[in-house]
Amino acid sequence: MPVVETPVTLTPSDAGLTDAEVHRIRNDFPILGTEINGKPLIYLDSGATSQNPVSVMEAEQEFYEQRNAAVHRGAHTLAVEATDAYEDARTAVARFIGARTSELVWTSNATEGINLVAYAMSNAAAGRGGEAARRFAVGPGENIVVTEMEHHANLIPWQELAARTGAELRFLPVDDDGALRLEDAAGVITPATRLVAFSHASNVLGTINPVDELVRLARSVGALTLLDACQSVPHIPVDVKALDVDFLVFSGHKMLGPTGIGALYGRAELLNAMPPFLTGGSMITTVTMERAEYLPSPNRFEAGTQRISQAVALGAAANYLSETGMGRIEAWETALGARLVEGLEAIDGIRVLGPRAGMPRIGLAAFDVDGVHAHDVGQFLDDRGIAVRVGHHCAQPLHRRLGLTATTRASTYLYTTTDEVDAFLDAAAQVRPFFGAK
Amino acid sequence: MSTGLEQLYQQIILDHAKARHGSPLQEYLGAGRAGESHQLNPVCGDEITLRAGVAEGNVTSVTWDGAGCAISMASASVLTDLVQGLPRDEVLSLIDAFREVLRSRGRIEADEEVLGDAAAFSGVSRFPARVKCAMLAWVALEESLLAANA
Ligand SMILES: Cc1ncc(COP(=O)(O)O)c(C=O)c1O
Repeated sequence: MPVVETPVTLTPSDAGLTDAEVHRIRNDFPILGTEINGKPLIYLDSGATSQNPVSVMEAEQEFYEQRNAAVHRGAHTLAVEATDAYEDARTAVARFIGARTSELVWTSNATEGINLVAYAMSNAAAGRGGEAARRFAVGPGENIVVTEMEHHANLIPWQELAARTGAELRFLPVDDDGALRLEDAAGVITPATRLVAFSHASNVLGTINPVDELVRLARSVGALTLLDACQSVPHIPVDVKALDVDFLVFSGHKMLGPTGIGALYGRAELLNAMPPFLTGGSMITTVTMERAEYLPSPNRFEAGTQRISQAVALGAAANYLSETGMGRIEAWETALGARLVEGLEAIDGIRVLGPRAGMPRIGLAAFDVDGVHAHDVGQFLDDRGIAVRVGHHCAQPLHRRLGLTATTRASTYLYTTTDEVDAFLDAAAQVRPFFGAK
Repeated sequence: MSTGLEQLYQQIILDHAKARHGSPLQEYLGAGRAGESHQLNPVCGDEITLRAGVAEGNVTSVTWDGAGCAISMASASVLTDLVQGLPRDEVLSLIDAFREVLRSRGRIEADEEVLGDAAAFSGVSRFPARVKCAMLAWVALEESLLAANA
């Protein structure tokens, strides 16, 4: 089957979506027309999971209706068609982030992608993969660096890797406003650092981290880099070659795709040298009773029967986003993010986490309401049909650092309207009066 | 305001959420024995540490430290008032009765004669996501009483 190996870069456009376009886009998302508690749904939880357009759901259904078969295994026509659909989806998603097709490994989600790299590294530390895999090995006297703002998905796999290998886990601290203390980086990232793992955009703070600076620091000491792009790939144009990271992970369900599918990008020469994590069928060349030879990337990391229909649907989601234009989506959401922060900061007793109004942020805002617990804030909003996320957003250490246990987060996407943001702000202003908070 | 929200956040609940009877946690210096329990709801981070004193089969003291939503804090406060001085076994059956109401998804109305102010939490049973919040202190008391007996 034809595999396109030339990455296509996106052409960003600075003009954002228009109100009229957003209203047209909304027609593609049936769920946005539903009611919650008798009120029209206002979905401000896309940072947790996004909604699916009809074209994505149809892609999955069409696959089952017309092309379902095992991929990479059969010689019959249906198996060939299924394999084509599966691999075309890989190409679409790889292009979407500026990667080569062979550099895109399917995973269940970002969490699995991070675990894949962490387990591959401990396999390398145990001597698997031989000399070629030595660059992935970590051990006593060496360290792995994360940041204090990471989602648990980009923290716990590294805690476990450190515990298995005797390496040290270090972190780049954040300041009182949640910004990375880059001035401390030189003391944390040292010649003993083997990997620096950090988020591109924070799911709590809404900040975009300085990838260039961190990649430069990591490179200067010979460390690998892994970027958690869960909150960037769905919302802003991402080009892995321009970012120049070694690994990058994201989840399909946050970018208009189904659950159960995500991807790991890795530079080809790294993926082909890295020992596999899961092993079994479909990832081998020759097998004897004693040992096995492995396929190159991406199949090397895709043991067992894969999530085929989900991959096909994620391909459709990437196409939907590309056709809409990532630069225009970014501009629209940046405007929504600014509106959110300005509106929230104007409400008495509300503290927004992360950058102040006027500073760069993606289209989300997490906030604390003085005297009212986040759970109660969420309940109050839900009564008006407004869906937000409450809790620690899988970032307990960051919350602890900011002196909080739980916050409320409103997050937008390409289908969010300014009216919805305003309805949310209006409701948010009534929370403290309702609960009698002084 | 819709009736749903007002059923959940009755005035008595909002008042108790602020008053927090029984808080802060105190050393138990009375006769008999004390038991302690720490409960955490990992979903939202609601947390409580509760200590109960039992002497001659009666609950003589309940004190607690907690952080959490209005439902969980009010529930701890109401519970403290309700059980002071009651026989330990009676308190254990009150906890069972409260649990049954909360898990009923609105089918069982709380008996105010039995549960007193805690009957105000009946509305919570229609919000399955909040049942854990309302139960937090009650589970902590149940464990404390078992520990005090051990
Ligand atoms: C920044 C970030 N990293 C990682 C994850 C984990 O994603 P998933 O649960 O899809 O693996 C999320 C989503 O919750 C996230 O926002």
